[in-house]
Order: sequence, then structure tokens, then C-alpha cells
Amino acid sequence: MAERVLMKGNEAIAEAAIRAGCRHYFGYPITPQTEIAAYMAKKMPKIGGVFLQAESEIASINMVYGAAATGCRVMTSSSSPGISLKAEGLSYIAGSDVPALVVNVQRGGPGLGGIQPSQSDYFQATKGGGHGDYRMIVLAPASVQEMASLTIKGFNLADKYRMTSMILADGTIGQMMEPISFEDAEIETYEKPWALTGTEGKRAHNIVNSLYLQPDALEKTNFERYERYKLIEENEPMWEEYMMDDAEVCVVAFGIASRVAKNAVVAARAEGIKVGLIRPITLWPFPTKALRAAADKVKQFISVELNMGQMIEDVRLATECKRPVSLCNRTGGMIPSPEQVLESIRQAQKGV
Amino acid sequence: MEHKRLTLFAGHYGSGKTNIAVNYALRLAAEGKPVCIADLDIVNPYFRTKDSAKVLEQNGVTLISPQFANTNVDLPALPAEAYRLVTDRKVYGVMDIGGDDRGAYALGRYVPAIVEEGNYRMVFVANCCRPLTRTPEEALEVMQEIEAACGLRFTDLINNANLGSETTPETVLNARDYMEKLSALSGLPVFATTAMTHVAEAIKDRVEPVLPLQLQEKYFDLPSQKPENRPLWG
Repeated sequence: MAERVLMKGNEAIAEAAIRAGCRHYFGYPITPQTEIAAYMAKKMPKIGGVFLQAESEIASINMVYGAAATGCRVMTSSSSPGISLKAEGLSYIAGSDVPALVVNVQRGGPGLGGIQPSQSDYFQATKGGGHGDYRMIVLAPASVQEMASLTIKGFNLADKYRMTSMILADGTIGQMMEPISFEDAEIETYEKPWALTGTEGKRAHNIVNSLYLQPDALEKTNFERYERYKLIEENEPMWEEYMMDDAEVCVVAFGIASRVAKNAVVAARAEGIKVGLIRPITLWPFPTKALRAAADKVKQFISVELNMGQMIEDVRLATECKRPVSLCNRTGGMIPSPEQVLESIRQAQKGV
Repeated sequence: MEHKRLTLFAGHYGSGKTNIAVNYALRLAAEGKPVCIADLDIVNPYFRTKDSAKVLEQNGVTLISPQFANTNVDLPALPAEAYRLVTDRKVYGVMDIGGDDRGAYALGRYVPAIVEEGNYRMVFVANCCRPLTRTPEEALEVMQEIEAACGLRFTDLINNANLGSETTPETVLNARDYMEKLSALSGLPVFATTAMTHVAEAIKDRVEPVLPLQLQEKYFDLPSQKPENRPLWG
């Protein structure tokens, strides 16, 4: 059996990033993700890497942009208000087609909000956040093991498609501890002929830039970028199905909400209710096909979220409103209890 | 198990200090002693002593915790009443110190009074399954950093080898070499071995003394992680 260690979610991200070949971390502390920076501060100097606490979030994301232009694996991490500060840089990185990994360990919002867990940055992560036409690959871990494996996956996908992968976690998964192992991690490497590595007088120089003097050239770049996004939507959606075979009610939940939902599904099954769970692992690309297929089988959907109802819009879009979708939620740093989710399952079944 | 008037738990963050402090306080209470537990953790935002407020209260243990623990205020301030632990010599005091040297700075201000009274046990909580303390040498480094930060020397070690829900008796028994080495390096005795109740029951004839730990059930524990659904021997 692979060696097991007991880790916090935030530490697992940091260790996985190092194992994925990341040697450049730029960040700025904010609860509840500070352990990522603390771990990097301790380990990077021992392995010849760079840990740098920037003067602000804005500085740190621009350091990521600069390092990413050289083709190295680079990351930053923050929590909700800090990600808002990074939004401009995220847009520049997207406009320049360079790969980077950004971690958001969400806390309650809007504004300064609070330090307790939340999923209220779903819109920000999947619909933009920064300006312009762009996407990020958004990965939603639901365990400490996935904090590690999706970090490695995130670096792989970022390099493959030359774009930002975001780990969208929440404070609880960042802070909780579980046993994990790293040995099954598959690290992919990609040629980066576009990278700014010095020409040594042997080749034409590369340019990394998001400014276009001619609008038609910018439009062409955007069209090409969206062709790439289409490939990602076809090839990269990830999701988990749980007890869906004979389900009449389908709970949709990601991250920490999916763990609460899973316990509620088990409890509802004990009451004889045919209910299952679809857990999106990639939030963009959203597992549209899985939801659409479920809409042909189940009678009702429930979206369980730690926000005022954000993913529910994608559930409705994916299912083309074929079935009713209800919301079971808490917000502001609160988490739905398994009993609350169970009650919403009972209600949904009555509607069946 | 012989008790000092003050017992302090410090160590690497995530090593299990809070769970041990709470269970130790409950054990003192079960032995009929007046007990007060203080949360001196200025580092951790979640999963704190205060999460056990109900069980502590039910067992007559007084809890002193920062005013803003478990709120949205990320303020590393300690309550004035924490001083009661060092000044009121009639109660048995248990102190839960924040992780690493950064957490231990908060202890510094109480150290002169603790040393003057001289009736304390400063326990280093060791979990060899944590990635930054995988070797006794790494654990020793953390110990020395904590001692330098708070100005108080450790007097004892506690073996808290665990892999969370995957902990088996082997996890704990396999840590004995590690603990012997750490004991030799630091010159300190192993005060106790801790394990979740069902694991503690399985090893009690082979290791002593064992301090069984009753852990809180968390809303996000999956069905497969509950002790009743796991094999005892891995």
C-alpha cells in the first residue's frame, strides 16, 4: 500500500504542487488558506524553489503572470476577497494564454465577509471574475486526497491548454485533516515552444502579451481560444455519481456540500427514498452530459450549496429545465446539516 | 497516571493537541478534580477547544476560550481570565497551545508564573504520520523552535501517532521506535500513548499508559470513515 500521511487540506495542495514540479509560489496571507503559504515557506528554500510573500495580492498574481510566461510551473493561493484582488491578473493571464494554478479556499462574503467556509465564489470562478471573454478550468475537491490529486491534475490541464486552472475549495476542506497518499499521481509534461526562455540568438523571440492593436486580430485570437475551450468542454468534465442507478430524486452538490449530501442520501435511502447524488468535480467544464442524462431518468433535482444559489443556474441550463430544481442552502459561513438536506430530499420526493 | 497541577500541550500544528487537551481535562474531571481548560491557540481558525464546550460543561470542566473563537473575527487575542489558570492553584489546569513556534509565542507571558510555581508538565504531542515531522530529528527541531518561542522547556512526550479514521493498532505500535529515538534525542520520557477509544482498547496490554481519545463526530465524516464501518486491524 502507498505510504499514508495525515494532512490538512491546505498542506496537501502545497505538497502536491511541489510534487507536480512547482518551484515558484507567490502569495499573500489570508485565512483560511494561510497553511499553503506557510508550508511553501518552510519547504521551498530546502528544494531550491522560490517562496515569496508579495506586498499584495495584486503583486502576487502579476508575479505569477511573469513566471508563467517563462513556462515554469507557478501558483498562487488566496481566499475570496484576495481572489477579487487578483481578478485583473487572471484576465491578463487568460489573454496571454499562459498556464498557472490559482487556489481559492473560499470564505463567507460578499465584502470582507468572514473566515468561515463558503462556496459563494462559484459565479466568480466559473463565469469570469476578471474582464473579457475567458474561462478558467475550475476543479472542486471534496476531500483532502482530492486537494492533492486535483492540484496535480490542475497543473497538467493548465499546461495542456495554456490557461489557468483554479482549485475552488472551501475553508473546511482547507482546514480538515485526512490520511492521504501521493504515489498514484501522474505528472504530465508538455513542450512549451512559446515560453520566454531566452533566444540565445538561435530563434525568433517569443512575445507574451494581452494587448492587440487591431480589433480583428483580437477577435481572431478570441475565436481560436474558444475553439480550445470547446475541446475542454468535450474532453475534460469530471463528476462522481452515487446511488444514481434507480434514483428518482437527484441531489447535485460539490465540495464540502457533497459530503453532507452523501450522508443525507444514505439516511434517505434508509427511509426508502430513491435518491442519488451527482457531484461535479470540474465546475467548468460543467458535467452537462451527466446532468442531461439524469434529467431523462429522475423527477426532480436539488442543488445543495453554501451560497444563495449559484450552481443551480448551471443545473437548470444543463437539464434544459426539463425537471424542477430546488435549492437547499446555507450561506455566510454556515453549512447545511445532513438533516436539512434530508428534509429537502423528503420534500422533493413528495413532489415526485 | 500521576497528574501535575498544570498540564500544557504543545507541538506541531495538526499533531492533535486540542483533542488530547480536551480528553485529558475530561479524565481529570472523571477522577473528581476541579478542572479548568484554556484555549491559548492564536493560530487555528477552525476546529477548536470551543467545539467541545458542551461535553466539557456537562462534565463540570470550566472552559476559557478567546472571545472571538469560532466567529468571523480573525483576531489572535487571549482572554484576561486565562491568567486564572496560573494564579488559582486550587484547580487543575490544562492548556491547549497553538501549533508550532508561532502558536507557542502566546504561552510566553504565562511562563514566569508557571516556572515559579513549578508544578507543571509541558508535553510535546508527536504524530509521526504528519509530513513535516516524519522523522524524530524533524520533531526535535519543532520542539526546539517551540521552546525558543515560549521560553519553557518540554518535560514529557506523548505518542499521538494516528492517521485519522484510518488509524489501526499497528499505526500506534509502529510508532514506538520513533518515540524511543525522540526520547533519546530529547532526553524526555514518553508520558503516555493516545489512541481513539476502540484502538486504545486493542493495544492496552501492549503499551502503557494509554489515554483513550473520544473524538467528536463531524458533519462531514463520510459513512466509510466512521469507526463502526472500518476494520480494526488494517
